[in-house]
Amino acid sequence: MSVRAPVHQGRLKSPFYSRLKQLDTVNEWHEWKGYSSADVLYCAETEYFAIRNSTAVFDLTPMTKYRITGPDALDYLNRLVTRDMAKVRPGRVAYAVWCDDQGQVIDDGTIFHLREGEYRLCSQERHFAWLMAAAMGFDVTITHETEDVAALAVQGPTSFSVLDKMGFDGLERLKPFDLGHFDFQGSEIMISRTGFTGDLGYELWIDPAQAEALWDALFAAGELHGIRAIGTTALEISRIEAGYLAAYMEFLPADETVRTGRSRSPLELGLSWLVDFKKPNFNGRRALAEEKRNGSTWRLVKLDIEGNKPAHNSYIYGSANGRKGEIGFITSAVWSPVCKQNIAIGTVRMPHGKPGDNVWVEIYYQREMHWNRKMAKATVVDKPFWFPPRRGAKPPGPF
Amino acid sequence: MKTYDAIVVGAGHNGLTTAAFLAKAGLDVICVEKNDYIGGAAVSRNLYKDWWYSNCSYVCSLLRPEIYRALELHKHGLQVTPYGGSVTFMENGDYYGSYHDPEVAYREMARLSRHDADAYKTYSADTMRQCRFIRDFLLSTAPDPTSFKPRDLKELARIGGKFMEMGEARMYETIRFWTMSVAEYLAEYFETDVIKTALSGSGIIGTALGINSPGTAYVLLHHYMGEVDGNVGSWGFARGGMGAVSDSIAGAFQAAGGELRTEAGVDQFIVKNGKVTGVALENGDEIAAPVVVSAMDVKRTFLNCMDKSDLPEKFHRRVKNFKIRGSSGKVNIALDGLPDFSALPEGSSLIYSDMHFIDSMERMERAYDDWKDGIWSRDPFIDMVIPTLNDPTMAPPGKHFMSCFVQYCPYKIEGRDWTSEERDAFGQNVIDQIAKYSPNFKDLILHTEIRTPQDIEDEIGITEGNIFHGELTMDQLLFNRPIPGYAQYRSPIGGLYMCGSSTHPGGGVMAAPGANAAREILSDLKRPNTVPESFGDD
Repeated sequence: MSVRAPVHQGRLKSPFYSRLKQLDTVNEWHEWKGYSSADVLYCAETEYFAIRNSTAVFDLTPMTKYRITGPDALDYLNRLVTRDMAKVRPGRVAYAVWCDDQGQVIDDGTIFHLREGEYRLCSQERHFAWLMAAAMGFDVTITHETEDVAALAVQGPTSFSVLDKMGFDGLERLKPFDLGHFDFQGSEIMISRTGFTGDLGYELWIDPAQAEALWDALFAAGELHGIRAIGTTALEISRIEAGYLAAYMEFLPADETVRTGRSRSPLELGLSWLVDFKKPNFNGRRALAEEKRNGSTWRLVKLDIEGNKPAHNSYIYGSANGRKGEIGFITSAVWSPVCKQNIAIGTVRMPHGKPGDNVWVEIYYQREMHWNRKMAKATVVDKPFWFPPRRGAKPPGPF
Repeated sequence: MKTYDAIVVGAGHNGLTTAAFLAKAGLDVICVEKNDYIGGAAVSRNLYKDWWYSNCSYVCSLLRPEIYRALELHKHGLQVTPYGGSVTFMENGDYYGSYHDPEVAYREMARLSRHDADAYKTYSADTMRQCRFIRDFLLSTAPDPTSFKPRDLKELARIGGKFMEMGEARMYETIRFWTMSVAEYLAEYFETDVIKTALSGSGIIGTALGINSPGTAYVLLHHYMGEVDGNVGSWGFARGGMGAVSDSIAGAFQAAGGELRTEAGVDQFIVKNGKVTGVALENGDEIAAPVVVSAMDVKRTFLNCMDKSDLPEKFHRRVKNFKIRGSSGKVNIALDGLPDFSALPEGSSLIYSDMHFIDSMERMERAYDDWKDGIWSRDPFIDMVIPTLNDPTMAPPGKHFMSCFVQYCPYKIEGRDWTSEERDAFGQNVIDQIAKYSPNFKDLILHTEIRTPQDIEDEIGITEGNIFHGELTMDQLLFNRPIPGYAQYRSPIGGLYMCGSSTHPGGGVMAAPGANAAREILSDLKRPNTVPESFGDD
């Protein structure tokens, strides 16, 4: 009898690994859903400014992907997520959240309506067991396809110019959250005008066998447009500037929380616009309707904080002297190089944190070994910190 | 004759823990032990050449870190090294591995079922929630729900509070969890038989129940709620074998001025006017003390060492009916080298893990059927480890000690005593089971120690050799353990206390019963408390 080889014991390599490794000079990697993923390839600041100034390329292959097909695919998704998927036509992409019966967010993600009745769901976490359980009674097929699709984010002001140069015919017609199917060297490539940076940008989805060829063509086309491969550190700065949520930062997946009260509802995450109570039935509807009537416990806030010291892991207070007690805490914080603002995302107890309110953030920072503490005034803002006109430009310009 | 402040009967880890905390409070304490060695079932025995056997308990996780720290067990030689993973050998020649690295573990599960791999995180969170609920009560005395004493009411309110805090949906889940079978619980998450099988063993270890018996889901917790260095659910090896646990507690006891006496088995507790005044030893000696603490199981304490007329009738009857059934045995083996396992690829990390040789839920349940018929399982559940892969002190270099926990194994064969031929056949059956997966295993065997429940009872003294001093079913947990109305370490006899694993929170080398008993005794004696509070984890 032959011995079965063990499952792969180390970190997986994405189909773009060979190209990333060529560009990598610092050797700083972390584990992302079993894959090696670069924190930084040469310099986090340079990489960040590629996002805001030219074109940044990020390997998002490890993102969890599911294919959902079958006659009931739409009904199924409508039951699964809180928003109305009937409004998401073929060729459109929808940001969505899905909840457990208590109306607590299991995860957020993007749903790509690839073709009539054929969807791709992308999320940070893995949910096959949940997706299968939710499929009971629906004629749908759910396939895990993370490894079967190679994916790149191509983001930044010159990203359209780069992709246009590659000859994707009709790319200029893609509006934000549109997707299209194009030809790449005889294979099909799907391109969506989506991203995690809040800037003009696209995401490219292709058969892993074509991954290296795509990378090479992309970098050849981008050479004169400042194209740069980037790691997660740079992406994370742009993610916070765009005000996007991250699992395990702004919320914990409800099906993985142990302590009661540590999960969040979509209403508590500022996502009430994603909850469509006009739909007769979806997971968590009853609990969310009750929460809407009785009020939420938490509120997600975007904060513009005075000074320049990032408010990592800080408590949030309702008064400058902290005497009224803490009202919440920071979940993500960064100095925004493009806004020149000290920004953060946090969670506060209701009724605190209405847009325009002032709160105070307790910041600890270290200077030459010694620690200092500062109570910094912060203003609650309701718009993303960074939302340039080029992001929504129709058609996008050759910046 | 010298009168001590307290006598502790039995130098297992719980007896020693009680003794150590009492001695630390300044009491003059003697701990008596029937064997010529200490440790009870947490022991390392030199039974063959330079090999040391953890011949009863074999892994360490539940030992409360609060006790470890308070007794400074590191200063008395205790060192616990974590180890991880498990492997289930399958009849078709394959194996299912559970790896220490979560991503590798995920991949192995996804190889069999993507659904199960993704369900595992929810299973873990739900199980951990139950662990958190119960962990908080390990180092505290179970409140008596019929009492109106302020401390009982306060503790009841605390439990109620923690329960309510879970929210409606999770309260329902908790009540279901406490009463359902491990097979039903696993079926709510997983679809793959071998994955369920690999997880189900923790629901029946040490319990005379099958995987489909109600109440076995709870037993899972006794294998998940432990920790090594704050990693809840982790398991470790005590360097030098499990005797290092008892020896280190004994070291703390003696450092606090305590006196240990071995070969001093107790014949009778001496009771006068409803109060204990000391013990009569088997050798005829008597030792006097106003406080006597029994670390023996509740049956041995009250049925073997006591005049029945000193006990209330109902109490006596309850003790007689206490469930402490023999369900498992041990086969301890000295090996000339490391066995090869044909299914495992060369260099596989799984050799360091727990090994199992049953690959279906059907076989797990059938193993129990044999026990009900009064014989050992012909196809047994074996929890096998080779601690010497981690621990250089238990065997000469290159040689190994293998510990096989074997379930099911009855206390009596079809109602009568074991014969030595049957004991050998029981051991051989285990060896044959392992040899199916390891061709060179039999050739490496240098020495084998086979222990049936009867042997464990005869040597260690635990009734029916039940590893938990009584089963962990709802009717015998918390304020029902061991006997309703006597769950706070006191007995119907004044001055006579219980501190063994028959008391809350039960067995598993936690030392929590011993510590909780010491706290109650010190409170009765109006002495300052030396027992630490739970670390808590919020």
